[in-house]
Amino acid sequence: MKKSLLTIAAAATALSLGTLAAEAKVKACFVYVGPIGDFGWTYQHHQGALEMQEALGGEEEVELAYLESVPEGADAERAIERFARSGCNIVFTTSFGYMDATNTVAGKFPDVKFEHATGYKREHANVSTYNSRFHEGRYVQGVIAANISEAGVAGYIASFPIPEVVMGINAFVLGAQTVNPDFKVKVVWANTWFDPGKEADAAKALIDQGVDVITQHTDSTAPMQVAAERGIKAFGQASDMIKFGPETQLTSIIDDWGHYYTERVKAVIDGTWEQVDVWEGMAEEHVVMAPYTNMPDDVKAQAADIAAKIKSGEFDPFTGPVNKQDGSAWLADGEVAEPGVLLGMNFYVEGVDDQLPQ
Amino acid sequence: MLEQIIITIATAATPLLIAAVGELVVERSGVLNLGVEGMMIMGAVAGFAIAFTTGSPWLGLVAAIVVGALFSLLFAFLTLTLVTNQVATGLALTLLGLGLSGMLGEAFTGQPGVKLPLIYIPVLTDLPLVGKLLFGQDPVFYLSLLLTGSVAWFLFRTRAGLTLRSVGDNHGSAHALGINVIRIRYLAVMFGGACAGAAGGYLSLLYTTQWIENMTAGRGWIALALVVFASWRPWRVLAGAYLFGAVSIGQLHAQALGLKIPSQFLSALPYVATIVVLVLISRNRRLTMINTPASLGRPFVPDR
Amino acid sequence: MRVELVKRPQQSALFSALSPFIALGLTLIAGAIMFSLLGKNPLDALYYYFIDPLTGIWDPGNRWQLHELAIKAAPLILIAVGLSVCFLSNNWNIGAEGQFVTGAMAGSMIPVLFPEFQSWIVLPLMLIMGMAGGAAYASIPAFLKVRFNTNEILTSLMLVYVAQLFNDWLVRGPWRNPEGFSFPGTVRFHEYAIIPQIWPDAGRAHWGFVFALLAAVAVWFMLSKTVKGFEIKVLGQSPRAGRFAGFSASRMVFFAFLISGALAGLAGISEVAGPVEHLNEKISIGYGFTAIIVAFLGRLNPLGIVAAGLILALTYLGGEAAQISLQVSDKTVRAFQGMLLFFVLACDTLIHYRVRLVAPPAAKPAGAAATEPAGNA
Repeated sequence: MKKSLLTIAAAATALSLGTLAAEAKVKACFVYVGPIGDFGWTYQHHQGALEMQEALGGEEEVELAYLESVPEGADAERAIERFARSGCNIVFTTSFGYMDATNTVAGKFPDVKFEHATGYKREHANVSTYNSRFHEGRYVQGVIAANISEAGVAGYIASFPIPEVVMGINAFVLGAQTVNPDFKVKVVWANTWFDPGKEADAAKALIDQGVDVITQHTDSTAPMQVAAERGIKAFGQASDMIKFGPETQLTSIIDDWGHYYTERVKAVIDGTWEQVDVWEGMAEEHVVMAPYTNMPDDVKAQAADIAAKIKSGEFDPFTGPVNKQDGSAWLADGEVAEPGVLLGMNFYVEGVDDQLPQ
Repeated sequence: MLEQIIITIATAATPLLIAAVGELVVERSGVLNLGVEGMMIMGAVAGFAIAFTTGSPWLGLVAAIVVGALFSLLFAFLTLTLVTNQVATGLALTLLGLGLSGMLGEAFTGQPGVKLPLIYIPVLTDLPLVGKLLFGQDPVFYLSLLLTGSVAWFLFRTRAGLTLRSVGDNHGSAHALGINVIRIRYLAVMFGGACAGAAGGYLSLLYTTQWIENMTAGRGWIALALVVFASWRPWRVLAGAYLFGAVSIGQLHAQALGLKIPSQFLSALPYVATIVVLVLISRNRRLTMINTPASLGRPFVPDR
Repeated sequence: MRVELVKRPQQSALFSALSPFIALGLTLIAGAIMFSLLGKNPLDALYYYFIDPLTGIWDPGNRWQLHELAIKAAPLILIAVGLSVCFLSNNWNIGAEGQFVTGAMAGSMIPVLFPEFQSWIVLPLMLIMGMAGGAAYASIPAFLKVRFNTNEILTSLMLVYVAQLFNDWLVRGPWRNPEGFSFPGTVRFHEYAIIPQIWPDAGRAHWGFVFALLAAVAVWFMLSKTVKGFEIKVLGQSPRAGRFAGFSASRMVFFAFLISGALAGLAGISEVAGPVEHLNEKISIGYGFTAIIVAFLGRLNPLGIVAAGLILALTYLGGEAAQISLQVSDKTVRAFQGMLLFFVLACDTLIHYRVRLVAPPAAKPAGAAATEPAGNA
């Protein structure tokens, strides 16, 4: 027994020497909340990581390490600390639930840079936060949906009532109302980010209730497949889902993290990394719309037009006049919503046919 | 609209029904296999993989059945030959299935699968109101009804069924009568595995035509609950599966209609409903006693 | 050729001691085969799985990993020790995960609802409420089993989902941190509500691990040295014999469920008041289910369970190390745990039986009576 242990230890030493020989200039590490094969949130982050490695000169320049499906409880801190100890120069933690753990570990390892996605705490100078303005894409979807829908009702499969999701619903409704002021949205909370069976059931329930276009803020491709079977149109989420609905997908909001990751890891290599709080959208190509498909040309033009306006900064989806759901005034004419309000959004705008879970 | 809703419920109920009827046969033979979830997920991954590589959803379904049955052999060997604890072995089977399927399926995530076609009979399927409901569903739906009927007939109308039940009721006396208890239980467990595999295949080939880790999402456990819920009677399993399907689909409709109840409570409804019905059924001790296989979960070693 | 079991006149002491090691050895072999099939060097993989997390024993630079091992093992041991009482007495509590969540919720009430109440007494109160919460939740399946004869496996399991959803509603609704930008989760607990770390300089292991060890020793004492322990085993092996001995099966159902519920609840509150420091919707990550493996791996002996809990915790930590160093998928961890449990169960057969291979034409003795081996059903 003892002898075999020694053999193993020797083999492992040889192995670590091997990796030493081919050491890259920088080591970038990623903590993922789901499997990289989820074809949604984590998949897109991993694509971004690979894109970054490619852009910065491949394996010789950037060493990549990742942990999949790390739970957001006590395990997160261990995973992050493991990376910090194993020589990572920069650690990306890609889910909201890693917020406290990221900050705790960052306090212990001041020389390592930390980047936390979707959070708001930056307790140390070596922690940055980054997020995307997904709702910009939702606004464009709303415009398309109101043009396509004959019933004037869209179905919205939502995951959890966190600000990002509520923001998305509101932006979708506001976009739709520019085309059809009476447009309605039916919301079903699936209470999951990822359960294909349940998401499919939710899509079916919505379709049976008379909606004729579906959008989702959950990660699986199941709603797209249901929409395809039932012959209605749908929007993809996180990645381009056209494979799952060639005749169905109108467009998809693609999370493109590659630019950001490249920029930040490059900053580490150049020694210019500084703490930031980034919330970027279409303008910086963090949010990209998949090709507009399965819709008439005039709708395509309209969608492209509004997307271009958002991208150029000419227009913000949350521009007044906008009322809250109960009819009270929120934004005055021409007023643009404060980022702080949006990032903690817990109310609906007028026209949403749902009670926000509180 | 009502027709569509019923079809949706049927689609949600079919995998539960198939897996539960299979487990019912297992339990009637006196074996408690808690590994339904594991066999189901193995069926799902095998079905998807074969359908994806060969392009034939039918071959996929067959693969799901075969893999489910083979995987259950592992459980059978441990519990029947090595007389290990059935509860723990079943749990191990579930864990192993969830882990293995995730590893085997990695190559297939994010790929659109091949869907089992729906039945179409000219004229009949096009009938208004009931055409699609009665004549336009997927083939496995009809098979699941046929399966329930055949199992009910087999258990209560045939000699072999009587033998199987006698093994489950008292393996000691069945053995004394010269019945090969172990062989019958092996066959029953494999039948249960085949059914669970088929139910898994239904998920990845029809319900949501794709492969994703953990896609069974607890349906195997629901199937187990349904067997007790039905007090080990096949037609009651059918009723239970459809009731459960109706509650889960109903809560989504309630939300879409704008019902003002926290969605978590609605999501919990199917589970609470299952507990309530379990209690209602089991409180009638006499009734439960008649149907419960008396040797359920008890190990058996033939004396030499 | 077929396998035949011959019952030993008495348990084999040799195999009682050896069987966990044989099982571990077989798991390693099977694991090595699995890694080879995945195209990884099996020696490297096994090194990362089983040795790397333990390097802290001789390498102070890696000592933090031992702390992590303790953090991961503590809830598993606590829950599994409670489950051993249940399983030995033939009560199948599969819903420890729900009791874990309920304990976390009950214990969190004080720092969440009365944040201005700051005193040294807060933490002890929280731990007690956590245990009470878990025990109360476990009493539901116990009551249903005793009163209505309802199958406890299924009711306790269904209650897991109910507890998780209720917790989800709490931390997104009434208990949500008002300064948390509407994200789910309660406020961070104040310092009086947090379980202190044992050696903060070396790592973040907290006193929860000590609770686990104390619980294991206490339950071990009860099982092996007291009449109660005898009662548990008698009722578990033969309810009829227990009744003749004057033991009450119904009371035992409650006893077992309350103990395991309380320990699962303690594990829950120790988790949120320990490393997590607030209640959120992500605390339930399956400790209650993994603890079932731990209970069996420790052969339902509380001291064995301590070892088993550490081994299981090792597979989690090792799984991470292997993932980073060798890009082994995280699914191997579960497959590993499943195999381990299979081998443990199979090897336990050796304790009670001699295994023989018999040639096919074995004459079947007609009318032979069947025996039922003593053991849990």
